Amino acid sequence: MGSDDGQPLIEARGLRKRFGDFEAVKGIDFEVRRGESFGFLGPNGAGKSSTMRMIGAVSPVTGGELRLFGLDPATDGKSIRARLGVVPQQDQLDEMLNVEDNLVIYGRYFDISYAESRKQARKLLEFVQLEDRASSKIMPLSGGMKRRVTIARSLMNDPEILLLDEPTTGLDPQARHVLWDRLYRLKQQGVTLVLTTHYMDEAEQLCDRLVIMDEGRIVAEGPPAELIRVHSPREVLELRYPAGANAEQGPALEGIGARQEVLPDRVLVYADDGEAALSEVHRRGASPESALVRRSSLEDVFLRLTGRTLVE
Amino acid sequence: MTATLPERRSLLGPAVRVFEHHLLVYRRVWKSNVLGSVIRPLLYVLGMGLGVGSLVDDGPRADTALEGLTYFEFFAPAIMATTAMQILTNDALWPIRGGFVWFGTYHNQRATPIDAGDVVTGVLLWHLAKGVLSAGGVAVVLLLFDGTRTAALLPAVVFAAFAGIAYSAPLIAFSASRETDLAYPNIQRFVIVPMFLFSGAFYPIDQLPGWMQTVTRLTPIWHGVELCRGVVHGSLEFVNGAGHLAYLLVWLVVGYVLSRRVFTAKLGV
Repeated sequence: MGSDDGQPLIEARGLRKRFGDFEAVKGIDFEVRRGESFGFLGPNGAGKSSTMRMIGAVSPVTGGELRLFGLDPATDGKSIRARLGVVPQQDQLDEMLNVEDNLVIYGRYFDISYAESRKQARKLLEFVQLEDRASSKIMPLSGGMKRRVTIARSLMNDPEILLLDEPTTGLDPQARHVLWDRLYRLKQQGVTLVLTTHYMDEAEQLCDRLVIMDEGRIVAEGPPAELIRVHSPREVLELRYPAGANAEQGPALEGIGARQEVLPDRVLVYADDGEAALSEVHRRGASPESALVRRSSLEDVFLRLTGRTLVE
Repeated sequence: MTATLPERRSLLGPAVRVFEHHLLVYRRVWKSNVLGSVIRPLLYVLGMGLGVGSLVDDGPRADTALEGLTYFEFFAPAIMATTAMQILTNDALWPIRGGFVWFGTYHNQRATPIDAGDVVTGVLLWHLAKGVLSAGGVAVVLLLFDGTRTAALLPAVVFAAFAGIAYSAPLIAFSASRETDLAYPNIQRFVIVPMFLFSGAFYPIDQLPGWMQTVTRLTPIWHGVELCRGVVHGSLEFVNGAGHLAYLLVWLVVGYVLSRRVFTAKLGV
């Protein structure tokens, strides 16, 4: 996968970030290798964005060690940022400029000549399927289109690492799939992707490997499928009882499946065979209003590790 | 592996990129801007020059009160400095907030090889240019009148621009440091408008009580007004001129240092 002598592109040891009395990142270790797609999964406030800003060489590291391309962001910030692409949580597009000029001026920030920058902008607008919107204003664009403009902008300097902070939050399902497709293509072209998300489906779709963060710490690490296999039985039976009656079902369901979780709106039964578990529920006379068997997901892993749901 | 971009060479390079961004935005709005910076002073000059001027010039102290100048000749060059001050202070308020909060422009720039300090330098370079443009608009109007048609309008434009950034440099630090924009209108109402009225643009400051003269001499705008008026009418002595300019530069430098500090803190959290 390259000429880096196996050295990771990003390397963090005991990484910390403190704001006054509040410690947002409490000593985390991780490595990202070239060509990999790496994710930080966690709820709001887990420390994902703080970590991303340190990786982006804009936010000073409070403690521990961080290296990108073997360089220290404290001393080589400019050189590091020259090789990164950043997709911030908010698009931060310039509404005074049209779509193409948003990209062209961004290219200038990297000292790319105007002619070269315009050429690159056109190429990238084609890549994000917005070539017909080059001279459009920003305002009338949909959320998904703005996001694609932002992604095109982040690619102006041909970055080796693309940092994406919650790339699809707030987008409708169709727009998300278009975006995922483009990101997948980038990955195929060899761009290293580092992203944060609180959507487990996004993490499963996009990440080769991820860490699950909770309250500033890493609670699990691995490829999505492996995390699910290790931390959760294969299937989940979701049972819905009348409002407020979920907790009462506890005794009746005892012993079914590997374990159970009672959530405010439903009861989850973890089992390798969900259908068999459901038959057992019916046999015991604890029939729910509705039931559904699904595959275990990262959401379940998160619930298992932290006792809380991801999106609340 | 993608080729690494070469390590940065010039000191001003990244700041010039920030300047270019302002220029690109200005290209979209320059028509209304240029119109404003010519029409507004034209109205001032005509309204005050003809109206107040006819009163003053026919008055009993016409020979001595204004250093031998007509009222129009007295106040018209000063409008260059006050216009630059008004336009640049406005630019130092809401647009700065826009860069941090509404559009995130500064955060975008900071994500590239541009540092927080480069952003401040770039913004101030733009303010200097904007000061030249707005005072230049007034100069164009003054070219229409016999009493102020002189090549000395050129240095006056530069002096006016420096009077403007003597205000905007510290104000940029102030507005960047605010959590909200609630204080901005008060800056205009209680700082800029009084400075405009008591700047010595409309009457000699020896008309003011002694303590107010002292206060006026401390405001950068008075120095800007003295520079513009003096150079246009050829009465500016070198030592005085250097003193006025140095005083403006002190405000600029202090404001620049403070702004760098605030921007570095805000963009590096």
